[in-house]
Amino acid sequence: MTVFLRLLFRNKLAGFGAVVLGIIVVLAVLTPVLPLPAPNETNTASRFLRPLSEGHLLGTDHLGRDLLSRLMWGTRLSLAVGFAAALAAGLVGAAIGVMAGYFGGRTDNVTMRGVDMLMAFPYILVALAIVAVLGPGLLNALIAVAVVNIPFFARNIRGVTVGIAHREFIDAARLAGMGHARIILTEVVPNIVPVVVIAMSTTIGWMILETAGLSFLGLGSQPPQADLGSMLGEARSALITAPHTSIVPGVMILLIVMSVNLLGDGIRDALDPRLRSGALARPMATTRVERGHAPAPKGEGLLRIDDLETQFHVGARVYKAVNKVSLDLQPGECLGLIGESGSGKSVTALSVMGLVASPPGVITGGAVRLEGQDLIGAPYDLLRSLRGRKVAYIFQDPLSTLHPLYRIGDQLIEAIRVHEPVSRAQAHRRAVKLLEDVRIPNAAARARAYPHELSGGMRQRVGIAMALANDPDIIIADEPTTALDVTVQAQILALLSDLRRDRGLAILFITHDFGVVGQLCDRVAVMYGGRIVETGPTAAVLAAPAHPYTRRLIACVPELGGGQRILAAIPGLPPAVDDLPAGCAFAPRCDKAQEACSKGEIDLTGDGRQVRCLFPEGAV
Amino acid sequence: MTLALKTTDLAKTFDIGKRLIGPPRAQVRAVHPVSLEVRQGETLGIVGESGCGKSTLARMLVGLTPATSGTIEIEGRALDRADPAAFGRLIQYVFQDPVSSLNPRKTIRQIMEAPLRQLHAMKGRALEARIAELFDAVNLRPEFLNRYPHEFSGGQAQRIGIARALAASPRILILDEPVSALDVSVQAQVLNLLAELKAEFNLTYLFISHDLAVVEAVSDRIAVLYFGSVVETGPAEKVFAAPRHPYTKLLADSAPVVGRPLGGAQSGELPDPLNPPAGCAFAGRCPRASDLCHRDIPRLRVVEGDQFAACHHPVPH
Repeated sequence: MTVFLRLLFRNKLAGFGAVVLGIIVVLAVLTPVLPLPAPNETNTASRFLRPLSEGHLLGTDHLGRDLLSRLMWGTRLSLAVGFAAALAAGLVGAAIGVMAGYFGGRTDNVTMRGVDMLMAFPYILVALAIVAVLGPGLLNALIAVAVVNIPFFARNIRGVTVGIAHREFIDAARLAGMGHARIILTEVVPNIVPVVVIAMSTTIGWMILETAGLSFLGLGSQPPQADLGSMLGEARSALITAPHTSIVPGVMILLIVMSVNLLGDGIRDALDPRLRSGALARPMATTRVERGHAPAPKGEGLLRIDDLETQFHVGARVYKAVNKVSLDLQPGECLGLIGESGSGKSVTALSVMGLVASPPGVITGGAVRLEGQDLIGAPYDLLRSLRGRKVAYIFQDPLSTLHPLYRIGDQLIEAIRVHEPVSRAQAHRRAVKLLEDVRIPNAAARARAYPHELSGGMRQRVGIAMALANDPDIIIADEPTTALDVTVQAQILALLSDLRRDRGLAILFITHDFGVVGQLCDRVAVMYGGRIVETGPTAAVLAAPAHPYTRRLIACVPELGGGQRILAAIPGLPPAVDDLPAGCAFAPRCDKAQEACSKGEIDLTGDGRQVRCLFPEGAV
Repeated sequence: MTLALKTTDLAKTFDIGKRLIGPPRAQVRAVHPVSLEVRQGETLGIVGESGCGKSTLARMLVGLTPATSGTIEIEGRALDRADPAAFGRLIQYVFQDPVSSLNPRKTIRQIMEAPLRQLHAMKGRALEARIAELFDAVNLRPEFLNRYPHEFSGGQAQRIGIARALAASPRILILDEPVSALDVSVQAQVLNLLAELKAEFNLTYLFISHDLAVVEAVSDRIAVLYFGSVVETGPAEKVFAAPRHPYTKLLADSAPVVGRPLGGAQSGELPDPLNPPAGCAFAGRCPRASDLCHRDIPRLRVVEGDQFAACHHPVPH
């Protein structure tokens, strides 16, 4: 709740709306006890008194009734009707939406088509028809406004419910023996309440306006009862001679609707989980850099990463995702970067080209040198000219990295023409050639396909073709086969291996799979808790791991041909990178740990074959 | 040896492009008639790639998806109407994604109480005691009960999912890719826990996975699924060591193993489900395919001893 209020008031306009609406609501609630004249007491002798007249702060109307009193009583009524209509529309609409979304199929079809029909009429026409049938009166106006707004809620809530009804926890509830009614009430509804609240808060202003509209037409509140709409309606005939009688209720409507809408927007922003997590905040074009000075290069290499530190700053918390990582990649070499989720392997890879999202990502130290040129803090134009041309990426899920609305051929052409001024026809020929290179059968025809028309393996081939489009020197492949089936994985790995040999590519291959590393990579670096704990030639590391973590991680991986057995496991969990232990991050889970392990920094020692451990396995 | 689970010609056809009135535009056979037998106390591993129908099969077994045809028998009793509550007491399900299988707006205690209250009408002190017992069985601390699902890591959430499935006191547990969302170091913990629980509660497992090595490590017998059909079944130690169906062989050869050279993997993909081939679904990718394979669908038959394959030309030893 305090989080919600903090988020709400972070939005200044929403805070302003909340304050204005708060004052209006308090005054409206207190109206009966305020020292005001009776709102319906006529005194034709003093009609149309101007504001600030004696005894009548806002003047009087055409029957000499006190405007301030009528305004307060009218506001009270209009607010009550507006809230009631929003509540009614919200409840009925949400109920319809939940039913339609949860049961789906024919129920969904029939109810939603009915709702669509209701939506097809102009709302004022529907409202007029309802009032015409029920007769004029405030309650009937309320019903009309509520009915008119039900489709909005029903459609909104249905969409959300459809998403929830197919979640696994609904299946789990069914298996736990719950009936439909119970599932809807205890599993679905708690998850849609925020959506209902958001929808209500953004429509309440409209409802007040619509009720006022009906009253203005004489279909809502009946004389002498005052609400804002009927006050406007009565003042219409004196619009020119006594404008204050219209302006006073008009300004009040403006204030209410404006403050409700501002507050509603604020509530939406504070409650919507997507907005809350900052997903709609646009990340900067390159990762933010807060670095003292660049460390001197420790050696040669096509790509050299020296003491790279990348952190995520979320509120007061600092997540040290990458902690003094040094790597080098030689031309034509394949380096495997292996680790579990949260070990910092992907962030390391994204830091190379400044692709870590900022905020919250910050590069706080180290250097990344491509052919000797430091890329950390390099101007955006330089990074952009290198991205794709010198260093290309292949990501895990090709379905989310390819644009769903463009043909794959066009996406390849775009990738080529970003870096090279070639004609479209030439680029198209090259695109087809690239698709052939990644062994997509029938390439010319497939270039006209959309991403969803291809299988996962084919899509990943397109992802690789895109990475090859500008003949890069380095490919950074971030778990490119994790989402694929084994038979397809084998095809993709064979393809990458061939391409690397044919084109002399250097590959930084990120994975969690020792089998894949063993088949593809020349050297391997093992990451744990944001640090490299071991590195060396693949065969040597896999055959005789020196760091206890590497050894035990390899032991955890079941290998085909081992038969039914109890597997070795590492007890405990990987450390959280916002709360790393002093010394070795693996020490709390390590069976060889001694006091010295959790004392201070442990260095990566060795030459070529390096390990960050005080008590490594065997001699290194 | 008593049978824990038996399916007879269990099949599922999905309608594609439903209309308000009239027949659907097309139909897809997600699961072709499958007959399986699982013995009491056994672990049957089900292996297949995405789209092979393994999850649909699993969902039919617990009544979450009504079967189009065929029957399911649990310990000799037929369960043909798809009422998950009726299935719930006998057979439970552990989901692939541990976090999304827990309602984000409920505490772990509320999640754990649901099956105990609904299926076994427990309440009060007995309920408390049972939850404590279950949490102890999956090695979780009791103070976790008052927390919400997002506070847990994948491995912990999966333990909660397992504890919830056990709460129903089922005879059979369907494990649908229970470790594929987990890191390897945690994966081994959960697999070992499952093995302990099986012995402790005398359970029968159906273990579904795409990871051959994991399936081999936990299973007594293995069934290989391809394009909605069982193409090979047999004892775990034989199926991958001496595969008889060419598809099983392809799977076994594709698994990344340190020291095995890359390459040798054939290209080719699953057939189009809307337009299935006439004969064997694997014939288009199969090096051993003959004219017969493109014409007749092979039936599952004994190849040797207790190893069955649905192939006209099984791989010789």
